[in-house]
Amino acid sequence: MPEEKEKRTYQKFVPVFDEENRPFWEATKRHELFVQRCRECGFLQFHPRAVCAKCLSSNVQWVKSAGKGKIYTYTVTYQNPTRGFRDSLPYILAYVDLDEGVKMLANVVDCKPEEVKIGMPVEAVFADVTPEVTLVNFRPAR
Amino acid sequence: MSLKNKAAIVGVYEHPTRFAPSKTTYQIIAESAREALADAGLTIKDVDGLFNAGAGFSLGLADYLNVNPSYTDTTNYGGSSFVGHAAHAAAAISAGLCSVALICYSATPVSAPMAGGGGGMPLDPASNFENPYGVTIINGYALTAQRHMHEYGTTSEQLAEIAVTMRLHASMNPNAKYRDPITVEDVLKSRVISSPLHLLDCCVVSDGGGAVVMTSAERARDLRKKPIYLLGSGEAMRHGAGGHRDLMDIATNDSARQAYERSGLGPKDIDMAMIYDSFTITVLMQLEALGMCKRGEGGAWVSGGRLRYDSEFPINTDGGGLSSNHPGMRGIFLLIEAVRQLRGEGGPRQAKKRLRTAVATGIGGILGYRHAAATVILSNE
Ligand SMILES: [Zn+2]
Repeated sequence: MPEEKEKRTYQKFVPVFDEENRPFWEATKRHELFVQRCRECGFLQFHPRAVCAKCLSSNVQWVKSAGKGKIYTYTVTYQNPTRGFRDSLPYILAYVDLDEGVKMLANVVDCKPEEVKIGMPVEAVFADVTPEVTLVNFRPAR
Repeated sequence: MSLKNKAAIVGVYEHPTRFAPSKTTYQIIAESAREALADAGLTIKDVDGLFNAGAGFSLGLADYLNVNPSYTDTTNYGGSSFVGHAAHAAAAISAGLCSVALICYSATPVSAPMAGGGGGMPLDPASNFENPYGVTIINGYALTAQRHMHEYGTTSEQLAEIAVTMRLHASMNPNAKYRDPITVEDVLKSRVISSPLHLLDCCVVSDGGGAVVMTSAERARDLRKKPIYLLGSGEAMRHGAGGHRDLMDIATNDSARQAYERSGLGPKDIDMAMIYDSFTITVLMQLEALGMCKRGEGGAWVSGGRLRYDSEFPINTDGGGLSSNHPGMRGIFLLIEAVRQLRGEGGPRQAKKRLRTAVATGIGGILGYRHAAATVILSNE
């Protein structure tokens, strides 16, 4: 079972797919980042969910993000005993302000810990971590 | 309907243990309940309200304690839950739903990490968009600290002052886990766990537990100790807000405002504070939210020993979570030490100034992800 073996080599937490978030993760597999907009009230939201987080309408649509943004805040984590993460210390965790106007959490990659700054322009990159899961990260904009 | 002066804390007990490999959490709760009830001059037979976070269903706890409460509350939004329980208990007592409320807690994350009650992070819908990136409790606070430094120029030295004062207070608390004095330099030289937070910016991990007994103001007057009245309370939350969160706007901005409005008091009327110190940044931002200084000015405000037990505004006289104890959800200890101080039972660490009022305020959950604030204002008059 080569597929199962490969899964086991990636030891970090992977998202649990459900009917609400599946379109998001299908998009990341295509290396696309989607946020959501409410057709009733116009609210733009992240993380995705089945309803509008402002008016609870079910009439929400997927909106493709350009994947550009700026670092709102960050931290370089040097200690995390959790399986998988303990092998990739230190790592940069950041809230990114997407140009579309919502914040999302991600790792900042291709960036030294001493180079990351608040306000730094970043762009989305996609990490195919298992055959099923692709995560969105950000790197300094090129 | 106001809850002001309707109910009072009449008994408290902090379990002295910091490492309890031979005790279960239920045992620590029961021992704490027995002593807190004795402190009040009551017994377990008087208890008809049961308040807890961390022990699961209230049924199991009621079974263990062999009580048949008419009112139970297992509200759990993290470490501040017990401060919220005090407000809920006052409301329940005031409404006649129970007459003697037992608020209790224990966790043993050092000796038995899987026993529960240690707080931590449940799997929420948002977790799928956080956990893959290596979120920890500490880095959620670190994200907030980094932004505070960016917006307001807060420094690591200023945050370190908070840890230094908590250790000074712990040095006068025989039960505190760490009692050797530290300096600002010690904090800055301790290893970075998640930038900008160092090891000594973080709370300790200990076993522990405690209990608080509340009853009506009327009944309180006939009991053993001087009643400590609840004057006002507030609760609030902050979270992802659909991706529109301002990390500098913490829930305590709302919980403190509610507590002030409901008590008719303001920041100037508060004599001392018990402030949830999961991390140094947690204290600084709550002080700002309490209105002790303007938002962004906390760094300068905490400098120069302002928070010491012998200052004009003592905080966390027991040594706090930063030095005394932190089993995972330490809100109950905020209530307990506030009561001890308002009764004048602080011993060597008793505030030097005369105390009439104290605020106990907590942040549960994780500041940078999802958190809940609970605030109560207490008085011995
Ligand atoms: Zn809407």
